[in-house]
Amino acid sequence: MNWITNYVRPRINSIFSRREMPENLWTKCDECGTMLFHRELAENLNVCGNCDHHMGITPRRRFEALFDGGIFAEVPVPMPIADPLQFRDQKRYPDRLRAAQKATAEPEAMLVAEGEVGRTPIIAAAQDFSFMGGSMGMYVGNAIVAAATRAVERRRPLVLFSAAGGARMQEGILSLMQMPRTTVAVEMVREAGLPYIVVLTHPTTGGVTASYAMLGDIQIAEPGALICFAGPRVIEQTIREKLPEGFQRAEYLLDHGMLDRVTHRKKLREELISVIRMLTHQPPPVMGDLPAPGTPEETAAPTSAPAQESAEK
Amino acid sequence: MNYLDFEKPLAEIEGKAEELRAMARGNAEMNVEDEARALDRKAQDMLRDLYKNLSPWRKCQVARHPDRPHCRDYIEALFTEFTPLAGDRNFADDQAVMGGLARLEDKPVVVIGHEKGHDTKTRIERNFGMARPEGYRKAVRLMDLADRFRLPVVTLVDTPGAYPGKGAEERGQSEAIARSTEKCLQIGVPLVSVIIGEGGSGGAVAFATADRLAMLEHSIYSVISPEGCASILWKDAEKMREAAEALRLTAQDLYKLGVADHIVKEPLGGAQRDAAGTIKAVGAAIVSLLKELEGKSPAELVAGRRKKFLDMGARGLAA
Repeated sequence: MNWITNYVRPRINSIFSRREMPENLWTKCDECGTMLFHRELAENLNVCGNCDHHMGITPRRRFEALFDGGIFAEVPVPMPIADPLQFRDQKRYPDRLRAAQKATAEPEAMLVAEGEVGRTPIIAAAQDFSFMGGSMGMYVGNAIVAAATRAVERRRPLVLFSAAGGARMQEGILSLMQMPRTTVAVEMVREAGLPYIVVLTHPTTGGVTASYAMLGDIQIAEPGALICFAGPRVIEQTIREKLPEGFQRAEYLLDHGMLDRVTHRKKLREELISVIRMLTHQPPPVMGDLPAPGTPEETAAPTSAPAQESAEK
Repeated sequence: MNYLDFEKPLAEIEGKAEELRAMARGNAEMNVEDEARALDRKAQDMLRDLYKNLSPWRKCQVARHPDRPHCRDYIEALFTEFTPLAGDRNFADDQAVMGGLARLEDKPVVVIGHEKGHDTKTRIERNFGMARPEGYRKAVRLMDLADRFRLPVVTLVDTPGAYPGKGAEERGQSEAIARSTEKCLQIGVPLVSVIIGEGGSGGAVAFATADRLAMLEHSIYSVISPEGCASILWKDAEKMREAAEALRLTAQDLYKLGVADHIVKEPLGGAQRDAAGTIKAVGAAIVSLLKELEGKSPAELVAGRRKKFLDMGARGLAA
């Protein structure tokens, strides 16, 4: 409009925001507002030291903290046809994809890996909410099929960390078809007699919840995670009343019989080791004897992404 | 007859013809038949033009037309001895989903579908075809029954989507949908599905994960409603025309993408103008699709269905 709005104001804003968070050394907890020093936050696996709020964490960081010594090998995921519908809203879909790839330095919204957890080899898949809201398109479908196939081939348990706003609208019906497709993948693991454990993290909604994320042998959620089919805003608009406090949060689902457990991120690894060992008839773990996970890197920052990028509903 | 917004010019012409005939009925000396017939012809031409190349958004409107035949109409006309079976054995009987035993050309089947209702009272009873977890759990129960007694399953899909309500969420809407989709993939009997109107998101997937999927010519099947997509990606629900275009949700697009296996032609001017003709065509399609699956063993059926859905997404529009 004029040079004040175009030039001066952004400059002033940038100076102030820089002062608030010098070189991203500090992160503000979105729940309680406490300023958290990046190194402590990383050590705490992106859980707020003040209020225990579980912030987003990238699949890579999660795997470093999960696998013994932080060592894992990526399971390759085939790239699907790019932009199958030639989708265009205000931006072209390939442009949105490229922007997400640049921002996250990841090819897509799911990472699949194999490695040992407490000396038990497993396959793990984790959804990346910072990549277009973790939305499930054909790549995520491919990733889950690849994870399930590898689990069956190597006869290993599959642990899946879900985080997504839903299906990826830009892939239209083909994203919707990933619901039955990933369900076939879950069936493959189940039929092979292997454990399939789902860890639901904040947020898991829409078509993702209504397919692979609700079909685990064991359903664990992180504290405070929003888990739903239809989001709270859609429901409020439909029924025109305020929803109760904590509605659709992990603890609420636990109360309503939809989950087996709600487990703190720091306790999750130990619990997974214990559960997997019991399901696969191994002797009890001697925790002190088991290898430790990887140590957190300093550079890790909590992930966040605009949920509206992907939400199905 | 309810006219859609893009049918307004047609409504005017048909209204004029009707007016002329009404006037003539009151006055025996007036002869308007020639003029009225000319208007009829004009209306017919206009109808043909309007429906020749319906835009995706107009198709959405036609797919949602209140006068279209609904699940109950199909069941009444196509099946005999329909015996509704109710309840999920856990909580309630969901009126948005109807299902039961019936005979199709004398052969016993299990039929399941979304019912939207046809007037205010029944629409409210049926919750506008938006099922709650009980509806999906009823469907799971009926599919199990079909599997146990080796009866083919026919599903009729017509829903704006699963119901986004408080109780539905509390009782596990997503789990119920996931289990229904899973059941579709597990049963060792033929499963044929027809989208007769709206195939809304996960609420439709739960019934439409079939060996063969047929779609009516002007039906739609989409990951999200055009209005919902427009409000998220365009930040403006009024951009539903653009969203409908971008989402590729028409039967014709889905056939190209390998999601729909068969398109059932609708009468001129859409199913709402000739319910009986539409129902008959759908019946013929179901019978012929079931015939394709005849003689397959349960293991073959399950393997074939799995392969079909594992391959989903291998075909884009450009490829």
